[in-house]
Amino acid sequence: MPELNLTSAPAHLRHGSNIGQPLTRRDGVLKVKGQATYAADNHPSGMLFAVMAVSSIARGRVTSLDVAAARRHPGVVDVMTSDHKPPLAIDPEIKTNPFVFRMEVLQSDEVRYANQPIAVVIAETLEAATEGAALLAPRYETLPALIGLDAGDSFVPPVVGVGNPTENHRGDVEAGLASAEKRIEAVYETPPQYHNAMEPHAIVAAWDGDNLSVDMPTQGLFLSRARIAELFGIAPDKIHIRSPFLGGGFGSKGLMAGPQVLGVMAARLVGKPVKLVLRREQMYGPVGHRAPTRQRLRMGTDGEGRLTALDHHARTVSSTFDDFYEPAADASHSLYASPAIRTSHDAVRVNTGTPLFMRAPGEATGSIALESAIDEMAWACGIDPLAFRLKNYAEVEPITGKPFSSKALRACYEQGAARFGWAKRPLQPRQMRDDAGLLVGWGMGTATFPALMFQAEARAAIRRDGTGAMEIGAHDMGQGAWTALAQIAADGLGLDIDRVAFKAGTSDLPDAGIAGGSAHTATAGAAIHSAGAAVIAKLADLATADERSPLFGAGNTGVIARDGKLFRRDDESRGESYTEILARAGLAEIEARGMGAPNPAAMEEYAMHAHGAVFAEVKVDPELGQIRVTRMVGAFAAGRIVNPHLVKSQLFGGMIWGMSFALHEEAITDRRSGRIMNANLGEYHIPVNADVPPLDVITIEEHDPHVNALGIKGVGEIGITGSAGAVANAVWHATGVRVRRFPIRIEELLTQR
Amino acid sequence: MNHSISLTVNGARRDFVLDDPRVTLLDLLRERLHLTGTKKGCDRGQCGACTILVDGKRINSCLALAISHDGADILTIEGVAHGDQLHPVQAALIAHDGFQCGFCTPGHIMSAIGMMREGQAGNDPERVRECMSGNLCRCGAYAGIVDAVLEAQAGMDESNQRRSA
Amino acid sequence: MKPFDYVRPATVAEAVAAAAQPGAVYLAAGTNLLDLMKGNVSRPDRLVDVTHLGGLDRIEHLADGALRIGALVRNADLAHDPEFASAYPAIAEALLSGASAQLRNTATVGGNLLQRTRCAYFYDTASRCNKREAGSGCDARDGENRSHAVLGWSDSCIATHPSDFCVPLVALDAVVEIEGGNGRREIALDELHRLPGDTPERDTTLEPGDLIVAVRLPPAARGFAAHARYLKVRERTSYAFAVVSAAAALLIENGKIKQARLGLGGVAAKPWRARAAEDVLKDVAPTADAFQEAAWRALSDAKPSGDNAFKIELARRIVVRALTLAAAGTPARMPALPASPFASTSGALHA
Repeated sequence: MPELNLTSAPAHLRHGSNIGQPLTRRDGVLKVKGQATYAADNHPSGMLFAVMAVSSIARGRVTSLDVAAARRHPGVVDVMTSDHKPPLAIDPEIKTNPFVFRMEVLQSDEVRYANQPIAVVIAETLEAATEGAALLAPRYETLPALIGLDAGDSFVPPVVGVGNPTENHRGDVEAGLASAEKRIEAVYETPPQYHNAMEPHAIVAAWDGDNLSVDMPTQGLFLSRARIAELFGIAPDKIHIRSPFLGGGFGSKGLMAGPQVLGVMAARLVGKPVKLVLRREQMYGPVGHRAPTRQRLRMGTDGEGRLTALDHHARTVSSTFDDFYEPAADASHSLYASPAIRTSHDAVRVNTGTPLFMRAPGEATGSIALESAIDEMAWACGIDPLAFRLKNYAEVEPITGKPFSSKALRACYEQGAARFGWAKRPLQPRQMRDDAGLLVGWGMGTATFPALMFQAEARAAIRRDGTGAMEIGAHDMGQGAWTALAQIAADGLGLDIDRVAFKAGTSDLPDAGIAGGSAHTATAGAAIHSAGAAVIAKLADLATADERSPLFGAGNTGVIARDGKLFRRDDESRGESYTEILARAGLAEIEARGMGAPNPAAMEEYAMHAHGAVFAEVKVDPELGQIRVTRMVGAFAAGRIVNPHLVKSQLFGGMIWGMSFALHEEAITDRRSGRIMNANLGEYHIPVNADVPPLDVITIEEHDPHVNALGIKGVGEIGITGSAGAVANAVWHATGVRVRRFPIRIEELLTQR
Repeated sequence: MNHSISLTVNGARRDFVLDDPRVTLLDLLRERLHLTGTKKGCDRGQCGACTILVDGKRINSCLALAISHDGADILTIEGVAHGDQLHPVQAALIAHDGFQCGFCTPGHIMSAIGMMREGQAGNDPERVRECMSGNLCRCGAYAGIVDAVLEAQAGMDESNQRRSA
Repeated sequence: MKPFDYVRPATVAEAVAAAAQPGAVYLAAGTNLLDLMKGNVSRPDRLVDVTHLGGLDRIEHLADGALRIGALVRNADLAHDPEFASAYPAIAEALLSGASAQLRNTATVGGNLLQRTRCAYFYDTASRCNKREAGSGCDARDGENRSHAVLGWSDSCIATHPSDFCVPLVALDAVVEIEGGNGRREIALDELHRLPGDTPERDTTLEPGDLIVAVRLPPAARGFAAHARYLKVRERTSYAFAVVSAAAALLIENGKIKQARLGLGGVAAKPWRARAAEDVLKDVAPTADAFQEAAWRALSDAKPSGDNAFKIELARRIVVRALTLAAAGTPARMPALPASPFASTSGALHA
């Protein structure tokens, strides 16, 4: 891959340290000029086009495909089917580690869900491949599809999410409920949702003997490489994946998806480079989604409005052939103090693609139910929703009793409420109207997301010309890794950001782990920070051991790096540039590696979460039921903010997802066929510009010495939590109608005038 | 059957023979002319990522047959900046962080330029929101997009005033 | 997409001849046709491209006071024509509430009339659909049919017509000018779209080869300019099809409604003219009671075709609101959010 032409101009960079600066995106110019290269923009010489045919049934098997008709179409080169495909080295049904999910890559004629790939047509043109796929006219043997939250016998899965216990409890929930002065019990339903990144999943794959070149968007370069390696029986170092830019991921590009594997297989089959891009409707099946849930919450309070018990049970679904369980009830672990808490899950199996991680998996679904229920409980107690939350503020993590590594939620509540003007909120619903007669409602929700850390490695170098390099196989899905990680790199190397060659986004760089769990900046950042420290330490060794250096004898710890120079900590008038040190040592460059990893001791001792408070105003037409969010304020405390500019954007995005969760998004499944009837962007509604009101984000400083070396908690997912509930609660406050099935539909609000 | 087509793309005349009438303007630009700045998000006129200007008007290039646009004057994202000199919308989008992943960004820029030419939104944020609603952004950069468009509009109003003064 | 012959006729007569053959369809902007072809809902053998025909893209003021809109006039050009917008404000508002600016810039007047339903079962080629494939059955009938018809539907088909533009047009007695194998003829727009009955595969009364060349608004249509609105309830603020919509136009003289026009969208296989409601409003004062009565009349024949009983009540409420807005007077400027209940969302709160 040619070096990216990243630039910080035009930028608003203050001189001095890099971390904490609102630097504009260094890939901004590339992106606004259309020069940022996404996977499907690649076109190697001799490339053919591959188009998938997908199943229109949800369960059964393919009995015939009219391959001859497809082949007859001018331009069609080959048709890959379960009878005609290159061999794989291992069965893709084998789960070699917890991050391997089963995929449909033409290993049999079985159909397990609608939109499952059943063939791939490869042609000289996109038009020919597309029509070839249509000509296959599959026939099926169809079995009744299992659809919905009551599809079959429920069971208790062994774990939910990634290895979370299915059930948790502290104290005696039934006793707590029995002794309560006030109680509520409510059932909430959330629908299946699809990530719908603007960029469809794509791959351009080219084989050269046993070497494989791949362009594809991925949030996990190294997991993808490992998956390809095991499936095709080649060494990982034979595989080169480029993913400099993702057109959004939101979890759907975390793991190698079946269709991307099909692209690699197709390239092998025809012996030429192949491009395979999913059609939008094909993204509603083989690339993951957020599972639907039905959640029952029970709460009780004492005479003072303090919780005596919190019981959160979530029913969800997984596919018939693999296991991923939306850990929705876990949202009740960390937010509200209660002497008794119980969370539990059960599930049924349905004919869908396997649900997977989607922006705040578990937290988002759980949050809208929990925040709605808290609102209902506050109303039952006759207490303002913010006052109720403060009464039940958790000083330690409720489910574990651990202290928080840091928690500035109180400040979030205070500053968010002040900015929003919450104090003027009438307690009763349906009390406010605007000039035009529209109902107005104010709602709030608490946001929270765990501060996670994975593992990453980075390589740092300092060159004799006074520049530095930082290399890490990190991913930019839009969160701004090209900028934020480069800022961390520049500080780690003691250089101005424009003097650091920051490389990321390809699989030949050190393993940065996965861009997920809101942990990428923390994880990759920690590796970068540590690599920077290691290379500076080596440089310092050179200087302090050399009697010709003004730093001679200062010792490792006695030196600081800044602006391309090392200085004695005790006497900053004594310093020497990197260039001088390396020149005298006769070295072109000096390099070191560094790791970022969680600290098990700190994790054992502390509960680590980011927090926030979201306040929303909605207007509802009193007769027509149409809803519009007109204002949102979010106050978030998420540790160190590396780049306020980018963080604000991440939080805005999350808040819009929250609004979308409450009001818009829903995949509508035909109960008989199992097909998704709105598998498009016209009728699977995500917010448009006119849906999004002026948004306000406040970030609250937190210095957290425990979460990781840089004190970063992550902001990618927290914005959706709290926001969804805030909007739902605002709709209640506007109308007096409590809707417990999401998204809130117009007809729910037509019941009263 | 082959069809001879002539288009002006970003100011340059392009004559070519189209061997397939099914080719859309979007696929022509991306797969045959290798102008990949224009993106395919849905291919069904539902996301706006493929927005280009045809004869000065913003349209969804995914729902336009190339063959039907013989003789058209096309502006794509590749033709918007003059070298290092960004269009005001481009510069303002960077300043206001009006994008995250960037995939919808070329479509947003072409749409904003088209909208400013239409002259229906002016400096009213509500009208800008409505007039930009044909471009989806899943990352949720709408607030920055609106601010950027308003800033670019204000800058252009100012420079027009200066020119006419 | 199935391969097709591409024909670019030089004259309307050539076009009609080329399109009269089986498997041929007209291509205008293609915003709906290409969508259908990409989904394999429509697989024509021949596209007759009418976009290069001369003379069909004009807006003409006729001597008798009528307005003639060429079939190739683009939706946006029509809506933004200042004279048009002031004379027919509800039509302009409807146009601007439809689709997106990009689509409106290219979609044509004729194409808008002929757009197909958004019924998901029509689009899903694996489903049975009598409209897509005559006699195959209707999977919408017992399916996900929350957005389907409540008026004029049959057991064969419960699809709705998705156009916004057609709703005020039908209310204002628009006439469709057609060029066909037997020369030119014209029909009321109300006669163009068909209710499904047993033959839902036929959306319209057009014959093979018939080309819509213009839409004409009769002289009387201008008379409603002072009191005409379009209102559209949607599931997002913009870029969404109507759940239900209404066009209301009133001619008010001396405090009484001299004439009322009312159309409904999203409720039937055609843009729905509510004549019974119009009759109720004739020569009465524009009061809330009168509007309630009109709304009741407009929906008196409505019945749910599935999980959509709410649309009947919603339609009644939209009728009342649209009439109320129309009676209040056409706003001087197109609202920032055309046809939206949130057309004006600014303003102070009242506890």
